[in-house]
Amino acid sequence: MSFGGRLSAVLVLLAIAIGLAVYTVVTYLTPQSGVVDFTAAQPAGAPVTLTVQTVGSIGYGAHPTWVTYMVQAPDGQWEHDTTWKVPAHTRINMTIHQFDSGSPLRNQQWGRVQGVTGGVEILNGKPISVYDSNTGNGVGHTFAIPTLGVNVPLVGVDSNASNICSQAPCGSDSVSNTIKVSFVTPGPGEYPWQCFVPCGLGFLYGNGGPMSNANYMGGFLDVTA
Amino acid sequence: MSDDDAGADAPPADPSTAEPGAGSATEPRHFVRMFSVWLVLSAIVVPLYYFLVGPHVPPGTMSSTAEENQFDFNVLMVLALPVLLAVWVYLGYCIMTWRAAKAGAADPVGGEVARNHLGVQTGWIAITSVIVLFLAGFGTFELIANNGAGGGEGPNPVWTPTSAHILPIQVIGQQWTFTYRYPTFGGFESSKLMVPVDTTVAFHVTSLDVIHSFWAYQLSIKADANPQVDNVAYTTAHHTGSVTVRCSELCGLWHGAMFNYGQVVSKDAFESWAKSTEAATAANTKLLPPFAWTYVPDANGAGGGFYNNDTVDPYSPSEVYGAKQPAS
Repeated sequence: MSFGGRLSAVLVLLAIAIGLAVYTVVTYLTPQSGVVDFTAAQPAGAPVTLTVQTVGSIGYGAHPTWVTYMVQAPDGQWEHDTTWKVPAHTRINMTIHQFDSGSPLRNQQWGRVQGVTGGVEILNGKPISVYDSNTGNGVGHTFAIPTLGVNVPLVGVDSNASNICSQAPCGSDSVSNTIKVSFVTPGPGEYPWQCFVPCGLGFLYGNGGPMSNANYMGGFLDVTA
Repeated sequence: MSDDDAGADAPPADPSTAEPGAGSATEPRHFVRMFSVWLVLSAIVVPLYYFLVGPHVPPGTMSSTAEENQFDFNVLMVLALPVLLAVWVYLGYCIMTWRAAKAGAADPVGGEVARNHLGVQTGWIAITSVIVLFLAGFGTFELIANNGAGGGEGPNPVWTPTSAHILPIQVIGQQWTFTYRYPTFGGFESSKLMVPVDTTVAFHVTSLDVIHSFWAYQLSIKADANPQVDNVAYTTAHHTGSVTVRCSELCGLWHGAMFNYGQVVSKDAFESWAKSTEAATAANTKLLPPFAWTYVPDANGAGGGFYNNDTVDPYSPSEVYGAKQPAS
């Protein structure tokens, strides 16, 4: 075979190897679910209603005992997706139904409401700016967008209650706390959000499992123009 | 080139008698030619690099450590460029003079003739030894003279600044963000890094969970954040501006998202911000644990024990970040 032929063969094999490697990495990193789109039927400039819930155990799938966020899609269905597409420079009116119990925070800094309108969250109808996680039922989870400075503590429910939800999606027959906040999206971009409570039960420092897998306790706010 | 061609086209010297690099009666003095080309190129390229590129080399000049690190990088490049040029000149000269396809090129020299050239061996060993030893000495001097050069010195720094006033800022790594406590302002905690200009700052870097690394790029501070370790790094910001903070230790799924931004502001602006933030966060600050250089992250969260769970003691015998200590 000529030198040109050998070179071509090597380059083709190299391209195939690189393609396989890239495909493998991308496939591994890409979440195995879709994006919930809040922009499709959204009038320009109108506030977006974003309703989510936190559940102590999803109750189905590959990891039925894992804690998770669920989101209510615009069609009213609850979805197990944590990438939410929202319009830029738009007010997000967010309602979080917290169905999980709580504990003292590892870092009480996350008991302070930050980065949302008025610096307060409405917890079961009452505004609060700081929640002492060493009291009451503690804090179960947080909704935080670190790059936007947003942090919303989600107060836990009574762990001794008889009607704690253990199967997502949870309904009004289960004990819950309702938290409402508003914030304005920035310019287009992908903004990761996460929970700051180490709620990965049984994993190192509580930050493995559902804390370290997409579609459970973290995701992206996909802000589009 | 015509001389090279003439020399290379001449009948090859007898390998058994030719002295490599020294040339012969029928062959040009290759070493002298290569050295001359290398010397001229180095004399042009090195100053061009130092004066035109050097001032723009990362991490810039925002802080004392950034300036020093930029100088160190430039010294390394000033030493490396001549070595790089020497390799390139040698390869280029070889290709032009002794390539096989060239008519009359000498056969490759091997065997005994290729061994035991005292001048080449001694020169190689001497030059590389001098460069490596100089760099070792230079690096050590720069570390000592610049108070750790922006790197973490551990909990007991030996190279400390001489400033009369040093502002301590505690950096707390946690999956997956950094927060900052200001012990001289009541110990409040902030999600944003604020640094006063022209003030020596001691960053006390620690972690609440796994190993992170605090990298304040423009300040040229890089210190590992280890749980239960107080890793101290010093700098003095010389210019106001924005600072990008990143974690530079792979620490989990959201490591890539573990960044935030800070500001270097005037002393007055910093005082104003610190006092207003101290007041605004007072309600939360009193819920934080007393300020300490390190915290034990073992009692809270799902990995430790849930509140209201009587079977698990949520308190650690030593200080625990976020949990009230039992009365004793």
